[in-house]
Amino acid sequence: MLADKDRIFTNIYGFNDWRLAGARSRGTWDNTKALLEMGHEGIIDEVKKSGLRGRGGAGFPTGLKWSFMPKNDPRPSYLVVNADESEPGSCKDREILRHEPHVLIEGCLVASFAMRAHTCFIYLRGEFIRERERLQAAVDEAYEAKLIGKNNIHGWDLDIVIHHGAGAYICGEETALLESLEGKKGQPRLKPPFPANVGLYGAPTTINNVESIAVVPTILRRGATWFAGLGKPNNTGTKLFQISGHVERPCVVEEEMGIPLRQLLEEHAGGVRGGWNNLLAVIPGGSSMPLLPASMCDDLTMDFDTLQKLKSGLGTAAIIVMDKSTDIVKAITRIAYFYRHESCGQCTPCREGTGWMWRVLERMSRGEAQKREIDLLFDVTKQIEGHTICAFGDAAAWPVQGLIRHFRHEIEARIDRYQAANQQRVAAE
Amino acid sequence: MPKQLIIDGQLIEVEDGLTLIQACEQAGVAIPRFCYHERLSIAGNCRMCLVEVVGMPKPVASCAMGVNDLPPNKDGSPKEIKTNSPMIKKAREGVLEFLLINHPLDCPICDQGGECDLQDQTLIYGPGGSRFQENKRAVEEKYLGPLIRTFMNRCIHCTRCVRFMTEVAGVPELGAIGRGEDMEITTYLQKGILSEVSANVNDLCPVGALTHRPWSFTARPWELRHTESIDVMDALGSAIRVDARGRDVMRILPRNNDDVNEEWISDKSRHVADGLRTQRLDQPYARKNGRFEPVTWDEALRIAAERLTTARPERIGAIAGDLTAAEEMFALKDLMRRLGVVNLDCRQYGEHLDPALGRSSYIFNSTVNGIEDADALLIVGSNPRIEAAVLNTRILKRWRRGDLKVGLIGEQIDLTYPYEHLGAGAQTLAEVASGRHSFMQVLADARRPMVIVGSGAISRSDGAAVLALAAQIALNAMENKAPEWNGFNVLHAAAGRVAGLDLGFVPGEGGRGVLDMLKGDMEVVYLLGADELDFDGLGDAFVIYQGSHGDKGAHRADLILPAAAYTEKGGTYVNLEGRAQMTCRSVFPPGEAKEDWTILRALSPLVGHKLPYDDIQALRAAMYQEAPALMRIGTVKPEGLEGVKALAKRTGSTGTAPFKSIVKDFYLTNPIARASAIMAELSRLKALAESGREVEAAE
Repeated sequence: MLADKDRIFTNIYGFNDWRLAGARSRGTWDNTKALLEMGHEGIIDEVKKSGLRGRGGAGFPTGLKWSFMPKNDPRPSYLVVNADESEPGSCKDREILRHEPHVLIEGCLVASFAMRAHTCFIYLRGEFIRERERLQAAVDEAYEAKLIGKNNIHGWDLDIVIHHGAGAYICGEETALLESLEGKKGQPRLKPPFPANVGLYGAPTTINNVESIAVVPTILRRGATWFAGLGKPNNTGTKLFQISGHVERPCVVEEEMGIPLRQLLEEHAGGVRGGWNNLLAVIPGGSSMPLLPASMCDDLTMDFDTLQKLKSGLGTAAIIVMDKSTDIVKAITRIAYFYRHESCGQCTPCREGTGWMWRVLERMSRGEAQKREIDLLFDVTKQIEGHTICAFGDAAAWPVQGLIRHFRHEIEARIDRYQAANQQRVAAE
Repeated sequence: MPKQLIIDGQLIEVEDGLTLIQACEQAGVAIPRFCYHERLSIAGNCRMCLVEVVGMPKPVASCAMGVNDLPPNKDGSPKEIKTNSPMIKKAREGVLEFLLINHPLDCPICDQGGECDLQDQTLIYGPGGSRFQENKRAVEEKYLGPLIRTFMNRCIHCTRCVRFMTEVAGVPELGAIGRGEDMEITTYLQKGILSEVSANVNDLCPVGALTHRPWSFTARPWELRHTESIDVMDALGSAIRVDARGRDVMRILPRNNDDVNEEWISDKSRHVADGLRTQRLDQPYARKNGRFEPVTWDEALRIAAERLTTARPERIGAIAGDLTAAEEMFALKDLMRRLGVVNLDCRQYGEHLDPALGRSSYIFNSTVNGIEDADALLIVGSNPRIEAAVLNTRILKRWRRGDLKVGLIGEQIDLTYPYEHLGAGAQTLAEVASGRHSFMQVLADARRPMVIVGSGAISRSDGAAVLALAAQIALNAMENKAPEWNGFNVLHAAAGRVAGLDLGFVPGEGGRGVLDMLKGDMEVVYLLGADELDFDGLGDAFVIYQGSHGDKGAHRADLILPAAAYTEKGGTYVNLEGRAQMTCRSVFPPGEAKEDWTILRALSPLVGHKLPYDDIQALRAAMYQEAPALMRIGTVKPEGLEGVKALAKRTGSTGTAPFKSIVKDFYLTNPIARASAIMAELSRLKALAESGREVEAAE
C-alpha cells in the first residue's frame, strides 16, 4: 500500500486547483532550475538509476531510451509526448492532462533539457477536447510565467506545441505518431532506423508516454534511490493503475509497482463484484494483453516481469476485471473487432489477419464453428505475431491467444451447445 | 567499408548501404517479394521478404534492413542469415495465406494469369490449400484513366502504383484511402490519371488489379513470342519487348536498360501496337487520272525509275522521316548520290543542325545517365515531358534527390518538378548568355551544369542563332569544370534524326534542304516515311512515298511503295545520346509491303545504278564505312567540345517569338500513332481534361 508521502500525483482526482497557482502549491515548478543544474548526463543517469520503465505499455527503460539521443548532432532534437491514450481500458493520461497538466509541462522541460531538445510536441488523441483545452491553458500559463518559451527563467529555451490527432488508435504507435505529426497518414514506419536516429522530420526524436515524463521531476527531486526503493527490483516506483469492469468502484489510483492484484482491487476498487470468487478473468494491462483466468490471479503481483512470465503483460496497467457474468468469448470478439477496425492496413498479416480473426471469433461466440478451428485460430495469431511492421499485430494477436490458452473449454462448450441445438432443429424438421 | 554476412551458409562481402535483400541477390539467393521494387522507395509492407537473422527473435524484412544495421556479433563473427529455415517457410506461407484470403478466385478470367507474381509465389512458397471459410471483402472499381483497367478486389495493397506515380511519374494522384481491411487504392477524385507514363503501373502491379485496358482479354502470355527491340516513338530509343501472336503484334512492353529508359516506357510507346494494324500500306499504288490504283511492284518500280531518270537531278529531292532506320537512309542517300542528286534532308522540322560541325553539336552529350549527376539544368524551348517522357522521369528522379536547380526558357508548362521560369524566348536566352541574367551564375557555379535545347527552338528561322547562344551558355558554364563532362544537349523528338545526321543525309554542295524543297519547282520528291510536313508547297512535283502507313505523305503521293514498320524490320536507330541500337523483326509486314532497304535495292538497277549490296550485312558494312558511329551498338562515345564550339561560332540574329515545343499533341506525333485508335482516344481525353471538362469513364 503506497504511503501518501510517496505519492507523485497529488491532484490526480482534480479536487484541487489545476492551474499554475495550485500546481505551485503542491510543489510543481519549485526551483526547477536546480534540477537542470544536474546537467544533461546527470539527469539521464539519475533516471537510469531510478529504474523508471516506460509507462506507455512497452516498459522500455526510460533512462536508456534517453541515452540514445545524440550528444552532438547538427540536426535539432525533439521530445514528443505521446498523449494518444487510445488503449481500451487506459484512462490515466487523461487524468494527468486534466488535473495535473503542470506536472507534465515541468516534466517536458526537464526531459527536453536532458536530451538537448528545444521543442517538445505533445500529441493528444483527437477525442480529448476538454483535456486539450486544459493543457493548452496550462501551457499558456507556463509561457506567461516565463517557465517555458524563449529566454525563460530556467535558461533552456523550450517551445511546447500541442497537436491533436483525428481518432486513430494506431497513431499511438510511436512512428505512426510521428507520421501523423508530420501531416501524413498515421502509418507506422519501418524500424531501423529508430526515431532517436531518424525521427520527426528526420531529426533525432524521443517519444515518451505522458506518465513517464510527468514523474521525472519528482524522481529528480526526491532521488533515484527513493524511486527505486518502491516497487520491486527491475520494476521500480509507482504506477497509475486504472481499474475498470466488474468492480464495486472503478477508479484510477496511484500505487506501488508489484502490488498484489487482490490487494489493489479490494483496497481501492471495493473488490470484485460479488466477491473475489466471482472473478472470471482479468486483463491486466489494457486490451492488448492476454487475459489471465481467476485461478492465476490469487497471488498475482502487478509488475512487468511477473506478468510477462505468466504470458501476459503490465502494459498501461489498465485492469479490466471480468466476473462470472461475462461472456468471455464475446468479450474477446469485441476486442478483436477493435483491432480489425483500428488496423492501419499497411502490412499484410495485420490487415488481413485481424479481419479473419474477428470473423472466426464471431462465429465461435455463437458456437457456429468446428473445434479444429480453435487450433486454426491460434495458428493464425502465430502467423500475425512478429511478422508485422509494428507491434499492433502482436497486440491484435495476444488477446485471442489468451482466450484460447485459458478458455478453450468455454469455446468448445459453446460449439457443443450450438451443434446440439441445430441437430435438434434438424431432427424436428 | 564492405560488410560481411553469412547467408544460407555462404560467407559474402557486401558494400555499405545495401539492403539485406540486395545482399541476398548478390549471394544468389532468391527472396520472394511483392512490394519491393529496385526503382521505387522501400515500403516493407507485404512482409513476403522476411528472413531470419540468427540471434533476433523476430524475422526481419530484408528489403528494409540495411546491412549497416547488421554489424558483426559481439564475438566478431558476421551475422548469420537464414532464408529457408522452418520459421521463414512458415512466415511465407502465412503471408501468402493472408493475401489469398481476400483475393478473388479470378485466375481464369484475369489478364495477369501466366505472368502473375502472386500465382508464381504461391506455387513455390504457398500453403497448398485454403482454410478460409468467411466471405471475401469486395472493393468498388475505380476509374484511373483509359489505359488502366482496375479490378480492385484483386489488389494486395503493395502500393507500388502509388509510389510509382509519386516518385517516377511525378503525378501524385494515386493514394490509399481508408484504414485496415477497408484500405483502397484510388485517385481520390476518381479523375483519370494524366501522365505520359501512367501505364507503367500496370506492369508494376504484381497481380491483376491493374491491367492494360486496351489489351484486356486478348491474349495469354504463353501464346506470345517475345522479340527484343527498340522503340521509335520518340528519340530516346527505349528498350522494348514486342509480343506477337501469329502475324499480329499483340503488345509492347518495356525492357530493362539502366542507361536509357530504366524500366519504363511512355504510354505512346506502349499503346501504338494497335496503330500497327490500321492504315497500313500493303500494296503499291500509282495515281492514274488523279485516283490511286493498285499496281504490281514491277509496275511501281518502273514508274519510279522512269521519273527519276527523266527529271533533272537538281530538281530531284529526298526527305527522310522520323521513323526511318539508318539502313534505308543510307541506301537512299547512296542511290541519290549516284544519280547526282544533292537535295537530301532528314531534318523534317527544319532544325538548323549541321553534321559537318561535329557530332557533339547535335546529340545529348551529357547522356541520360549524366542527368543523375547534374546539379543545374537550363531547358531551352523544350517540353521534355512530351518530347521524351521517360527522359523527363530521369530529371524528376534527379530532382527528388535534392539540390537540382532547373531554369526554363519557353512555355510555362507542368514538368512534374518545379523550375524557375526565366523567360519566354530568345531575348532571355541572350540575357543568360551574356551573363546579364542571374541564372548564368547558377550554371557557372554548378559542378555539372546542363543545357538542353529542344527541337522547337532550333527549327525556327533563327534556329542557328538560338543554337549559338545555347552553345555559348554551355561553354561558359563548362569553363574550369571536369573535362569529361559535356553539358550541351540537343533534345531530339524524332527517332531517325541522329542517324540521319550521322549519315550526312543533309543537302550536299549547293543542295536544297526541306524548307527550300517545299518552295515549289521540284520535279520529283522521294519521301522516305516523311509525314510531318506541309506538302502544299510541293506544287505539282511527282511524289514517291515509301512508308508503312497511309498518312499525309501517302495522301500527297503520286506513287506509293509500301514498306515495313519498326516492328517488322531489323534496323539501326541512333538515339538522342548518339547511342546506336537495333530493332529486331517481330512480325512480317502486311500484304506486299517490303523491308525498306530492299525496295531501294530493287529500284537501283532500274535507274542504272545497281547498289553494291545484296544482303543487309553487306549494306551495313558499307554503312559503317560511311558512319562508324552506327557500328557501336549499345554504347556511347564522348564526342568532345568541337561541335559545341562550332555551333557557338555561328552568327545570326534571334527573333522575338516565344519558344514552343516541337510537339503539339503528345499522342499524335507520327503516322503510327495517328493510326492508333487508342492514341486518338487519349488525345481527346487529354484535350478535354486540359479544357477543364470532367473526364468520365467510358463504360
